[in-house]
Order: sequence, then C-alpha cells, then structure tokens
Amino acid sequence: MNHSVTEPSRLQKWFAGTLVVIYALVTIMPLTWIIATGFKSPADAIAYPPKLVYEPTLEGYVNLFTTRSRATPETLAQLGPPQTWYDRIVRQYDMVISGPSRYGERFLNSVIIGFGSTFLSIFLGTLAAYAFSRFRVPLKDDLMFFILSTRMMPPIAVAIPIFLMFRQLGLSDTHLGMILLYTAVNLSLSVWLLKGFIDEIPVEYEEAALIDGYTRFQAFYKVVLPQATTGIASTAIFCLIFAWNEYAFAVLLTSGTAQTAPPFIPTIIGVGKDWPAVAAGATLFLVPVMVFTILLRKHLLRGITFGAVRK
Amino acid sequence: MTDDIISRERVGAPGALRRRIAGLSDRALAWVFIIPTIVLLLAINIFPLIWTIRLSLTNYRANRANDELEWVGLRNYERILTNPDIWNSMQATAHFLFWTLVLQVLIGFSLAYLINKKFKGNDLWTTIIVLPMMLSPAVVGNFWTFLYQPQIGLFNYAVAFVTGIDPASFSMIGDVRLAPWSIIIVDTWMWTPFVMLICLAGLRSIPDYIYEAAEVDRASRWRQFWTITIPMVLPFLMLAVLFRGIENFKMFDLVVQLTGGGPGSITELTSINLKREAFEKWRTGYSSAYAIILFVTVFGLASIYVKALNRVKQR
Repeated sequence: MNHSVTEPSRLQKWFAGTLVVIYALVTIMPLTWIIATGFKSPADAIAYPPKLVYEPTLEGYVNLFTTRSRATPETLAQLGPPQTWYDRIVRQYDMVISGPSRYGERFLNSVIIGFGSTFLSIFLGTLAAYAFSRFRVPLKDDLMFFILSTRMMPPIAVAIPIFLMFRQLGLSDTHLGMILLYTAVNLSLSVWLLKGFIDEIPVEYEEAALIDGYTRFQAFYKVVLPQATTGIASTAIFCLIFAWNEYAFAVLLTSGTAQTAPPFIPTIIGVGKDWPAVAAGATLFLVPVMVFTILLRKHLLRGITFGAVRK
Repeated sequence: MTDDIISRERVGAPGALRRRIAGLSDRALAWVFIIPTIVLLLAINIFPLIWTIRLSLTNYRANRANDELEWVGLRNYERILTNPDIWNSMQATAHFLFWTLVLQVLIGFSLAYLINKKFKGNDLWTTIIVLPMMLSPAVVGNFWTFLYQPQIGLFNYAVAFVTGIDPASFSMIGDVRLAPWSIIIVDTWMWTPFVMLICLAGLRSIPDYIYEAAEVDRASRWRQFWTITIPMVLPFLMLAVLFRGIENFKMFDLVVQLTGGGPGSITELTSINLKREAFEKWRTGYSSAYAIILFVTVFGLASIYVKALNRVKQR
C-alpha cells in the first residue's frame, strides 16, 4: 500500500465532497431566497412558478423604512413630479410617503440592548471566570453548575415572575431592563467559555509578574487580560448573537420603546402581504450574524457547547 | 516578550480605589470578582424561581393584581397533571423532540463523516452549512411560513418539482397531519449543523494509529466503523443530544412564528401552551405551577442523562 490507511482514496473524497456540496446548496436555499425576495417587487415575490430571474428593485427596502398612504390623483398632480428615487418607486402605486416606519428604531434597540448586555456580561464574566480559574473558591463546582443550570429554565417559565418584578421596579419595556435580563442569561455562557480560555493561559506568566512585585489585580489586568483578548472577543460575539436573536423575552416584556427587531419583523407583513419588505427587514437583520459566523468559525464549536468541546 | 510584560515601568500610579482593590488578598479578590455575577443571577434567576414557586400555590392573576390572594395549596399542580390539554402538548413536545433528535443525529453524523474525508474545500462548505444555526429562529421561522405557502412557496414548489404532485395540493402549516412535520423540518434544517460540528470534533479526536493498528489486525472497514469510530464518537454525540434535547424541550420562538401552535393545537408545544395560559388567559398562579413542572422535568431528565453520559465517557 502506498498511502496511509487513514487517508481516504480519491474516489471517496470526490464522493463525499459531492454529497456535502449538494447538502450545502440545499441548506442555503432558504437564506438566498430571503435575500432575493428582498429585491423583488411584491408581484414577483408571489409569482407562480417562483421566479429565479427577475428585475431587481429596492421597493421592499423603501417599504421597510417608510409608511405610505394612498393619494388621490388631484393630490398627486399637485405634488408635481417625484423628487427622489424612493418617491418615484412609491408613486408607481399612487402612494406618497407619509413618514418613517418603526424599523429603524427597533433595529437601533437591538443594537443598544445587544451591545449593552454583551459589554456587561463580558465584564462580569471575565472577572468571575478569572476567579474560578485561578483561585481556590469554596464549592467551585457547585457554583459553576449553578451558573450553567440557569440556562435550563424555559424562558417562558422565568418570564412570569420577571414580568411582575419588572412591573414593580418600572423596568418593563426599558432598555436597562432588557440589558440586565440578557446579561443574566448570557452570564452562564460567558463565565463557562471565558474560564476555558483563561485556563489555557499558563499560570507561569502571572507568577513571574507577582514575583516581580505586581499585585494580583495588576497581574490579572496587565498580564492575563491581554493574553485572553481572542477568547474575550469570540465570547463577546457569541453573547451579542444571542442577545440579537432572542425573541421570547423580547415579545413578552417589551412592546414599544424597548422592542427589539425579532418581535417586530414578523409584524411588517401587515395586511398587504408585503413579503419583499419582510425579507428586506430580515436580510438587514440576519446578514451581520452571517458575517460574524464566518469570522468566528474557528471558535464556533467551543461557543455553541459552552466550552465543553474545545477541539 | 516576558520581560516586556512584567517590566515595572508599565505599572501606573494607582489611585486610592485602585490601591484598595490591588491590595486585596487572593481570597478577597476572588469574592469581589465572583459576587457581582452571583448577585445578578440570584436576582434574575433564583429570586424569580422562588417567586414562581410561591405564586404556584396561589390563585393570583397578574391582570387583576388587586384581587385578594388566595392560597390554594397544591391544587394548581393537581389540575395541571389531570388536564388532558397539557398532556396533549406534552405529547406534541415529545413527538417534536424525538423526531428532531433522530433526524439531526442521523444527518449530522453522516455529514460529519463525509466532511472528515478531507476533500478539497471542506472548510468553506462546512462554514456554509453552519450558517442557519446562528440566525434568529423567530425571524427565520417567520420567513419559512412564506416558503411553506401552497403553490407560490419555494418548499412546495421544490417538493412538486421532485415528486410531480401539485404544489397547490398540500399546505405544510395548514394541514393537521403535516404541521407537526413542518416544524420538525425547519428545526432539523437549522440545527443539524450543530450536531454535525460536535460529531466532526469527535471524529477528528480519534488518533490515526488506532485505525492503523486495526488495519494490521486485518479488521474490515465495516468492523472498524462499528468498533472504533462509533464508540469513540458516542460521548460527543450524546453531548450534542443533551444540548439539543434541552433546547428543543424549551422550544418557543421558531414554532410560535411558524405555526403559532396550530392548526388547532396540534403543534402547541409546552412552552407555547404555557405562554397562552400565562400571558393570554392570565392564569398566573396556575401557569407558575405549570412552569415549575416543566423545569423539574427538564432538570430531572437532564440529570439522569448526564449520569449516563459520564458512564459512557468512563468506558
């Protein structure tokens, strides 16, 4: 035999590759369909048979960001020719733009709550993870398991008392309330992941620093933190994606000021069955996560298993 | 490099607070670092849990907060465990859990096995396959209702294209027999990559020399697969099942957007059923008892499972 027994033959590779590529192409069809539908006109979106080739339009995006009202021919004549490209799109349907939609606000809420809770869960998580990694903490295993077990509660089950508690404290439908809530949910992930990353940094570095006259806190701050940057960054992205995607708490605890995009996007459909606008909203919301996933691919496995599988 | 890290010049002049933190003993510092996390978790997880237990013993209704609170003891629990509706949603959850786990394990393992053949470009294709898993289930679930539309939906069209039946003749979401499968299909589409990634890590953890030794012993490929590959991947596979099991037991966002529990209540999983009781019928006390029952169930099942997992690992 002229090759290693564990190296697959060329035929095997070719066969495996073909099957995987077919699966991959089928599996991304729904995603490409979301993106494609965002650039269709409402008529093209519901055409039969489904249209693969069509004339792209930004109608979906215009409808996503604006509210429109029907105008009589007289009003339209009075207004004169459309001023901008988006005016022109809307006028085709005898409509005028009456104002911005709520999508921008909801998207911004997602950004604020996502980043706010990510920052907090990384800040608290790094401190706790360092302590669990380096110090002898009584009941360490029990505490770590307690932190993980908070993730097992069905969100709806905790939502009842949290709903009542937020109502009492005036935190319902506020950014602060949602940031605190998502931080609490994400802490299990951030503590477990970060402890794994910090465990991998050799203790010798800190010991050298301590001998050199650093205090423990300085050693943590100036020696360990810089070494843990990659780990912290990928943990942060995981926390951000979770907060970004979360729906159950958002739909139950927010309704107006602090509502994030996931509960809002399904409501875009309205009575007009405007699928291109929904698809446009979904595209803008999903694409950042796709980019992050590609950036994260090396740490993906670790993140999704709370550090249980490190590869 | 080490010299640079520990050079004394980089120690800034510490402020008063800094000095106080910096001067703490290791043990004190450990608590300063851990306590904020524990406090937040107690406030947002444990305190609500205790509150839920308390509420579950009352007839409280959150939309009539001023009514007098009446203690009803374990009556809520009794009513739940004897309610056929709840057993129906338990059954729907069990059906959903069973089939999603079976499909995801089979497809996920097969994909991992194929990817492990190290064909050219396998990294790129793996990344593409993984994409659906990271996306918002609510947003994606909502869009799948469009893909599932009779006739114009891409899914129906694709099925029609392959099988030749009329794409307008069936409705995945509207049909009582198909609806449970509509949610299983979408969940499998989303989460198979999760099982795949974990299996792939398992496959890659098997050292080459084991296969080489088996080859020397003239063990057939088939035998190698069952005596080396499967046992070595099993702990990983079981871990994947644990994660998926817990997640799908809690399943809410994807299904609520996809079918909303319908048609009728055929896809009303326990979380959706609970949401209805708690936030539409406002039976707060009753649904608190329901929540506790669900939590105890998932916690109990997970604990038993983890014991089994540890036994497999030790072998």
